[in-house]
This record gives sequence, C-alpha cells and structure tokens, in this order.
Amino acid sequence: MSVIRQETETIQPAFRTVKSHGGWVAGLLLTAAWLALPSIGIAAEGPAAGPTEYRDIPYIGSRNLVWIVAQLHLLLAGFVLGVPIFAWLCEVIAWRGGEKRYDKLAKEFTKLLTSAYATTALFGGILLFLLVAFYPKLMNYLTDVFFPSFLLYCLLFLLETVTLYLYWYGWDAMQDGRKKTLHVFLGFLLNFFALFIMIVPNAWATFQSSPVVLSEGTAFERAWAATWNPTWWPINIHRLIANVVLGGYICGAYAGVRYLSVKSKEDREHYDWMGYVGNFIGVFGLLALPFAGYWLMREIYQYNQQMGITLMGGFLSWLFIIQAMLIGVLFLGSNYYFWLGITYRIPGSEAKYRRAMLMMLISLLLCLAVWMTPHSLVASIEEAQKMGGAHHPLLGVLGVMSAKMTVSNLMILITFMSFVMYWRAGKQDTAGWAKFGKAVMGAVLVVASLAVIVLGVWGYFVPAIVRINYFSTSQVAIVGFVILTITPLTALLLKSAKTTTEMVWGSMPPRAGYALVLNAVMVILLMTLMGYARSSSRVHWHVYGVMRDTSPYAYSPALGSASLIMAFCTFFFCILVAFIFWVATMGDKYKTASGAGKGDLPHGIPAMAGGAPEERQQQ
Amino acid sequence: MGALGKPIILMIAMYLFLKFVLPYIPGSAPLPSSLIFLYLLLTAAGIVIFETLSGESKEAFWGPMQRFLTGENIGGLQALRYGILVLFPLLIGWQTYGSTASSDAPPAESRTIHPAPPGEYTGLSNPVPKTPENIMQGKGFYAAFCSPCHGGNFDGKGPAARGYNPPPANFADPTTIAMLQESYLFWRIKKGGVGLPIEGAPWKSAMPRWELELPDEWIWKIIMGEYDGAHQSPRTWE
Repeated sequence: MSVIRQETETIQPAFRTVKSHGGWVAGLLLTAAWLALPSIGIAAEGPAAGPTEYRDIPYIGSRNLVWIVAQLHLLLAGFVLGVPIFAWLCEVIAWRGGEKRYDKLAKEFTKLLTSAYATTALFGGILLFLLVAFYPKLMNYLTDVFFPSFLLYCLLFLLETVTLYLYWYGWDAMQDGRKKTLHVFLGFLLNFFALFIMIVPNAWATFQSSPVVLSEGTAFERAWAATWNPTWWPINIHRLIANVVLGGYICGAYAGVRYLSVKSKEDREHYDWMGYVGNFIGVFGLLALPFAGYWLMREIYQYNQQMGITLMGGFLSWLFIIQAMLIGVLFLGSNYYFWLGITYRIPGSEAKYRRAMLMMLISLLLCLAVWMTPHSLVASIEEAQKMGGAHHPLLGVLGVMSAKMTVSNLMILITFMSFVMYWRAGKQDTAGWAKFGKAVMGAVLVVASLAVIVLGVWGYFVPAIVRINYFSTSQVAIVGFVILTITPLTALLLKSAKTTTEMVWGSMPPRAGYALVLNAVMVILLMTLMGYARSSSRVHWHVYGVMRDTSPYAYSPALGSASLIMAFCTFFFCILVAFIFWVATMGDKYKTASGAGKGDLPHGIPAMAGGAPEERQQQ
Repeated sequence: MGALGKPIILMIAMYLFLKFVLPYIPGSAPLPSSLIFLYLLLTAAGIVIFETLSGESKEAFWGPMQRFLTGENIGGLQALRYGILVLFPLLIGWQTYGSTASSDAPPAESRTIHPAPPGEYTGLSNPVPKTPENIMQGKGFYAAFCSPCHGGNFDGKGPAARGYNPPPANFADPTTIAMLQESYLFWRIKKGGVGLPIEGAPWKSAMPRWELELPDEWIWKIIMGEYDGAHQSPRTWE
C-alpha cells in the first residue's frame, strides 16, 4: 500500500502539469493511471513476499468494488433467469389457448431479456476478472474444489446463449404448426439451462457460507460433495422464486413507465394489461417467497448456531426489520395496484368493494406493525429506563419469530383475497351452488385465519423445535390449503358467471404506473439488502470456518455504510435497466415514427439491443 | 373538511392512544419515540392509500390541500398559507438541526441483545444427564448464585435487580432463553458481561464471569435448573 501511496504522490504533480495543456488530456491520463493502479498493487507484493493473496484498488477498495459488481451481476442475472419462466408460460398459454395477445406479451418479455442478457454476461465477466485479480488465494482454493463445475458452467452458458438466440430470432419464423411446437420446446430448453446456470454458481456461493468436509477423491467427487452443502437447495429454491418476483415486478415497472408515456389508446391498453400481468407474476412469487426464506434461515441456523444468531439476533438483525419494512411496502403496493384495478378498470365496482378494501388495508397495516416491531427497541436512556430495558414489556412479544411468521402468513392470505376480489369483480354468479360455494370459501378463509393466529400464539408456549418444525410448517400448509381450495372453487364459479361490467384496459390513473415502479424498486432494494446479509453472515471468513479473510477488509461494515452501497447498487441497477430498456425499444419508436412497413427500418440492431426479428422479416 | 378532517383526527387519536393510553394498560410501559413514529408512519401510509383509491376520494382528500397550498380561491386563509409556507421549512430546519447538532444526551440505544457466541461454544450439548437430582441440584446452585438478580421465580426480579440497567433477563419470558440453545447459556454464564464480543459493545451487562467461581458441571446443572424452573425448553434440533 505504501508503494501505491508513493505512486499516487508521483502522479499528482504530473497531473497538475498536464492540466495546463487541456482538461481532456488530464482526464485521459487520470483514467489510465487509475486503471493501472491495481498493477502497482501487484508490484507492491513483490516476488519475495510469496504468493499474492490480495490486491487492492485505491479510494473505492477492492471489497466495495467486488460487492457492487457482484450485486449488479446478481440483479441482472435474477432478471435474466426469472423472465424466461413466465415469458415461456405466456407463450404456452397463447399456444394452447389461442390468445395471440399472450404471444405478443411473451415476445415483449423476451425482447427485454435479450437486451439484459449481454449486460449480465458483461458484468459476470467483470466480476470474474475482479475476483481473480483481487482475491487470488480464495479463487485458487475455489478453483481447486469446483474445477469440474466451472467447465460445466461454461458449457451451460454456451447452450443457454445458443438457445436464447434461436428462441428470440426464430420467434416470427416459428409461429405455425410444428415449428411453433419446436419454438415452445426451445423455450423449455432455455429455462432448463437457465435453472442449471443458476444452481451451479449457487453451489460456489453457498459452499463459502456452509462448507462441508471434503474427503480425498477425484476432482469430480470433491466438487460434487462441496456442491451438496446444507444451504445449496434452500438458496436454489429461494433464488428461483425471487428471480420470478424480480422479473415480474421489473416487467411491471417497464409497463408502468411505458403506460405513462404512450399516447395511443391501443398502447395504453396493452401496457396497462402488461403492468397487470407483471404485478400478478410478482405477487404470485411473493406469496411463496417468505416460506422459502424461512426454510433457508432454518437451515442456516441448524448448520451453525453462530451464523444464525449473527443474522437473526446479532448485529445483522436490524436488517430484518428493514426487510420487514420493504416487504410491507411491497405487499401494500401490490394490493394497492389490485384495488386501483377494481376501481378504475371495472367501473361501478368501487362502491361495492370499498369497505372490503378498507378492512383489508387495516388488516395489512396491523400485520405490518407487528412485523416491523423489533424485539429490542431503539430507545434513549430515559425511554429504556421507563420500559425497564430495551424490550417493551407488552409489545416485546411481537418481536420474535412466532409473531412474525403469523403476520406474514396473514398478509399472504389478505393479498391472495385481494386478487380473488379483483378476479370476481364485475361478474355475477349464476351457478345454482354459488351461495353454498361462497359460504364454503368464506368458512375456509375464516377458519384458516383463526388457525394461523392460534398456532402463532400457541407457539410462545411450546419448545422452539415444536414451533419451528410443526407450527410454522402447519401455518404454511394452512395458507397453501386456502389458496388451493379457493382458487379452483372461484374458477368454477366464474366459469358460469355473467359478466356485468366489462374490464376497461387503459383507464388506470398515473399513480398506478408509479406504484408499479415503486414495487420494482422495493424488490431491488430487498435483494441488495439480503445479499449483504447473506454475505456478511460469514463475518471474517472467505469460506466459513475454513479460509479466514486476512485482508485489511476483514471486518463487517457499519450498517449505515453498508446501506449506502445498497442504495448505490439499487440506483445504478435502475439506471442500467432504464438504459437497456431504452435501447431495446429504440427500434420500436423509430418504427412507430416512420410508419410500419417502410423499407428504411434499422436492420442492424444488435442482439444486446433486442434487435426485433420483425425488422429482419421485413427486409 | 370531511375527507381531510377524518385523517387528521385519526392521526391525532392514534398519537394520543400510543402516548397516553397504551402505556397505562396493566403490564405495559411508555413507548419509545422510534416506535410511536413507526406506527404513525403506518397510519399515514394507510390514510394516503385509502384516500387515493378512487378519483373522487383523492380529490376530496388532496384537493383542499392542493388548493390551499397553491392559494386558489382560499380567501381569508391567504395569511395562514404564507405562515405555513414560511414555518414548514423552518420546522424542517429546526428538526434537522436538532437531530444533527452536538448534544450531551447519550445516543439512542441499539444494543445487540444476542451477540453470536464464539465458534468453540456452538454445538456444545449438555454433558450432565437430565435427572431429577441434577435438576434439583441446578436449582439449588441457581438459588445461591443467580436468584439475587434473576429472581427466585426466574422472572428477573431478584432483590438486587433494581440496581441494574438493563435489568437482569426474565427467564420466564418465552422470548428469552426459550429462543436459545443450552450452549449459548453456557457461554454467557461462563464468560459473563466482560466476555461479550466486540459486536456486543458497548458492553451493558453486569453478569459476572462465573468460570472464575464455578466448575463447568455446576454451570450445566444451573442451566437445567433454569429451564425447568422457568417452565421453558431450550432450542434444539431434535
């Protein structure tokens, strides 16, 4: 580091001299010097110092740079792996049901996907270079353990790229008959490879957090043993669902922004509908996400008590209060969007459902108040003395998992009912058994809600293992049962129902578009927050309990400092996504401006820009 | 006043409830300002969400505020408008100054109640057989060494408890030892307040370092006695 400092001192006078000859020369030199600084770090280690373990970069620091790039790569990857799932499902719905608008929607989703794919790979490449440069010792170790899966990952990446290109560029060419079947199969393959592209590197990251003992054996046997570590599958499931949520909400935000900016009635209708689908996909995933998160935390706790307490009871526990706040906003935002849909898309429904919406809102807020109440409160000395400690004698009981699990389950139930209400709005039941069916559904809902609350309260009076293994899982099962009972019953009822008010697309107020953007920002913030929590739970270990971090950065940043990086990652990712989408839709705007079917369309839009196949067709 | 008046009344009522009613419910205590702020924020969010669900309710809620702030047809309220437009930034400035100016008041507490135990203590299991004799012996040790602070009823209300801030832990509360494994208690009893890691700093525990006084076997027996006496069970994975 002292060499870096000396070099910096040498650069500064030179910079001042050059500055007099023009700002641009200085800028170039400064950039070149900055880029060259890591090499000074390499020189600093010297050949006599033994193998280089770490390198650094001035000002920002190697850890912060890797943190930011890794987080951006992960967010982009989440989007790129989440979107194909529902893009493909939309295509299948169009293929089997014959509704062309779903095919158009799937294609629009895929267009965003192609744009983001190259950027994801770009950030992945940068991340790899940075890791190899800054953490050679760690990367040597991980390469030694995971070498076979590195090769597998390369192969998967090649297959994914080829499949994506075929899927996207072949969209219009493979629209009919058996070609469409082939295209749908390509979509399936795309998701199949994407799943493995996610779970292979998950093994590397989870091995760092929960390593297993590696016995002697072949390279393949060691890699396989390291892959099957205790948190691998919980992370796989959690990330798979989270990617769908992220993808859904980002597509929703994209539709929201487009909805706010488009002029024509058709476009407003289309983007209103796309926003609805994006929000629906986000909510659909969100309903399952807390369960997956709970399972992951349980496995972490069981793997290592120290890590579990660091996360949930120790210095990282405040992150979970912020998490509750962000998830709460997400639930409120998603429900708000459903309720706005009832009011604006189904004229006349507001009066009928306003009271129900109020009750749901109050219930959601009460649940959120419980979820956000910490066990140990932030209090001044005087306030703590009045309370008799950091725990409030009455509200302190709300700060533990029994209460949190109960309210998160109730919030899921409420959100599900919001969707059912939206689904039913504007329709009149005609089935003879409608009254009985609705009574059954009402009874199921009431009994299930009561059961969830009773189990939650009871959870305080049983050993922790009973609560974790039986009560919490029963709560999840009850909510699942409600969803699986009410969904088909409602679908059956609506099959014969009479539509009293047609859905009017394109009539949502601007705040609906902003709500979609807010939801996307909340999801991104959540991912940056919990990404930090998961990484920080390793504390001063690269590989927990196996390889210690001996760099100058072997400390956990203060939560305030960490939140600045999280905010930066969120902001930068939003800017990045906005740029990618802007580039992706540039061709469409040009086409609209010049009039469809003209021969002077931009033919050469690259894949990164989501070059639209229809342009190619028109050549 | 209708659509705008109700939210204002609701906010005031909520504040009064949190400040002057909830603390006086038996078994309760005054809420810290951070929690009151949190609940008021939720209330405000709820009001905004509900009042903007339809065009009419939004207009009834937001319209008067907008007209007042823009000075559109507000007649005699013009002076009040100017007053608020001047006072509001001053209020924000005062609040900002108050929260950032140096003060001799100690900062608000955000103590880590359960710092993570050192690696060598994780996964330890109680080596003492859980027999009625051992539990009884543990309760005896508890009565001799622990109950002056943690109380004969395991409720944190021993005769010496009033002298400590924060007060000794209440083991009968299902949110304390019932959430922890026995190995965690073993570490805390053995190492005491001074054995808390850096993440637990600043240390706020008067717990003695009992390893200087008691053999490990006694500590394990005390743990069994505590759980039994407080009618709680330790966290386990079986």
